[in-house]
Amino acid sequence: MVTELPWDEKAGTLRRDLAAGMMNPACKHALEAALQIKERFSAKITTVTMGPPASEEVLREALALGADEAILICDRLLAGSDTFATSLVLKEAIKKKCPKFDLILCGAYTADSETAQVGPQLAEELDLPAAAYVEKLEISGRTLRVRRMVDNFRETLEMEFPALVTVSMENYKPRYAKLSGLDDAFCGNEIKTLDTASLGIKAASMEKKGSRTKVRKVFLRKAQKGNVLLQGAASNVVNEFLDKYQRKIGTVIGKSIEEKKLDDKK
Amino acid sequence: MTRNRKKSIWVFGDYRNYYQNRVTLQLIARAVALAKIIEAEVCALIFGHEIDEWIMEYTAHGADRILAIDDPALKSYSTEKYLAIIEALAKERNPEIILIGATDFGREFAPRLAKRLKTGLSADCVGLDITDDGLLLQIAPSFCGNMLAEIVTEFHRPQMATVRPGTFKEIPHDYERKAIVERLPLMNNLPKSRVRLIEYERSVEKEHTIENASVIVCGGRGMGNREKFKKLQELAKLLGGDVGATRPVVYAGWAEHGVLVGQAGKHIKPKILFSFGISGAIQHTAGLGEADFIVAINKNPQATMMKMADVAVVGDASDVLNNLIKELKKRIRE
Repeated sequence: MVTELPWDEKAGTLRRDLAAGMMNPACKHALEAALQIKERFSAKITTVTMGPPASEEVLREALALGADEAILICDRLLAGSDTFATSLVLKEAIKKKCPKFDLILCGAYTADSETAQVGPQLAEELDLPAAAYVEKLEISGRTLRVRRMVDNFRETLEMEFPALVTVSMENYKPRYAKLSGLDDAFCGNEIKTLDTASLGIKAASMEKKGSRTKVRKVFLRKAQKGNVLLQGAASNVVNEFLDKYQRKIGTVIGKSIEEKKLDDKK
Repeated sequence: MTRNRKKSIWVFGDYRNYYQNRVTLQLIARAVALAKIIEAEVCALIFGHEIDEWIMEYTAHGADRILAIDDPALKSYSTEKYLAIIEALAKERNPEIILIGATDFGREFAPRLAKRLKTGLSADCVGLDITDDGLLLQIAPSFCGNMLAEIVTEFHRPQMATVRPGTFKEIPHDYERKAIVERLPLMNNLPKSRVRLIEYERSVEKEHTIENASVIVCGGRGMGNREKFKKLQELAKLLGGDVGATRPVVYAGWAEHGVLVGQAGKHIKPKILFSFGISGAIQHTAGLGEADFIVAINKNPQATMMKMADVAVVGDASDVLNNLIKELKKRIRE
């Protein structure tokens, strides 16, 4: 786990080079969904990520798990991109490298800022029918049927390929890589690296097409409550806590909580 | 046609769980405060069928103007239809700001709307203000830590944000209030939906869950391991409550994703929250906004969770848990 905060304080953007190298947990579920589709139908899986060179490790992991192809979009020009710019660049890469896709799967969340915005914005860029938070996918012919839970509503949706879904973490528990997969990851398949020039994105156009939002400041969250601090051996501290708050707890749970010795005195 | 309109702050009317989720009212309240600073009006959007109740409610809670489309074709929520409608309205009327509740729907819908309007969007804000230079200051949680970022959209309009439910307080209703209600026809060039809604129903399985539990026992990595974590269940049972978990715990497989508490999981509002071995990253604490009374147990008295707590118990989470279970068994009378 990355627990240090890799913020570049000057630029105010996440330093992805420090956070790279681990696959986003939700993306693992999306990859698992793709692998299960591949097991049932003849499919080719291309994984795409945008990040610093270290993100290559994420792609190696995907190849080891069974992906067929991997594309890394890597360019200093893209550092600090917001979701608006990221989704635009992903679109360019997909159009260039795998324009005949049937289905795009994204993780429903990202581990860093949890914006969950890139998937839906990519759907807009590619003008695709889309659904977020998908728990289950079924394919028959060119029709994709998905189930999901949104705001307490259980929904079943259908759309035709090509389509985009973001996959939740309810199902599609990620598998572990097999040893033979590791061979593929490091010997068989090459990772293709793209930069903005090869995508036909000019530095000048990133000004106009690039990020819409700007981080002005990053700061530590302040805690608000003044609080009671209890310290000591576990058994003592628990007794002290209950003596003080058992009445309050009792009221909430609708049961009486009291010390035995009080009982004995009756 | 450009008219010299007053600036407008739009609030998307997410009325689907009106009685459970008041985020639209909370956003209207915040918009009213922001509108005063930038001299704007607050405009609520309501698209649906048989929506008079929401028109009345949003007016009573502070909206100056309502843009309403009441049509049987809008009977159920549709991302695609709403996108087309708001895209057309926004291009015609140029709102300064659009605020959307960070419900599941909002978090899927808002990014697409922002993309269509070619503008910026910040996700799941926990604060909104106006900067000295008159921009919407969007305060959003950032990288897995206790960090907040101040985000602005400098050069594009509208400025957009999704906002976490529970961030702001609604204005008490006043049914005498009046708003300008514009009832608009559904545009007839609405594109055909490419996503077909086959089935939808309000989920019953969700009715009794962690979201409405009055006692919640949450555990984090500080519990040590899966077996020790499972012990939380025992305390929850004693107190008639539910167990919640942080993200690292869910990822480690100690708990199901369904009990994840936080920004990407459940937003809880227990009367008492026990927090065992949780440091208090904002991804988790963002889900605790409405917890009444917090008891945190952690080795580190400097942990954010300990500072947020009403009672902070310094100690090994698992030790304290075991002692608490033992002692409660002695003390609870049925």
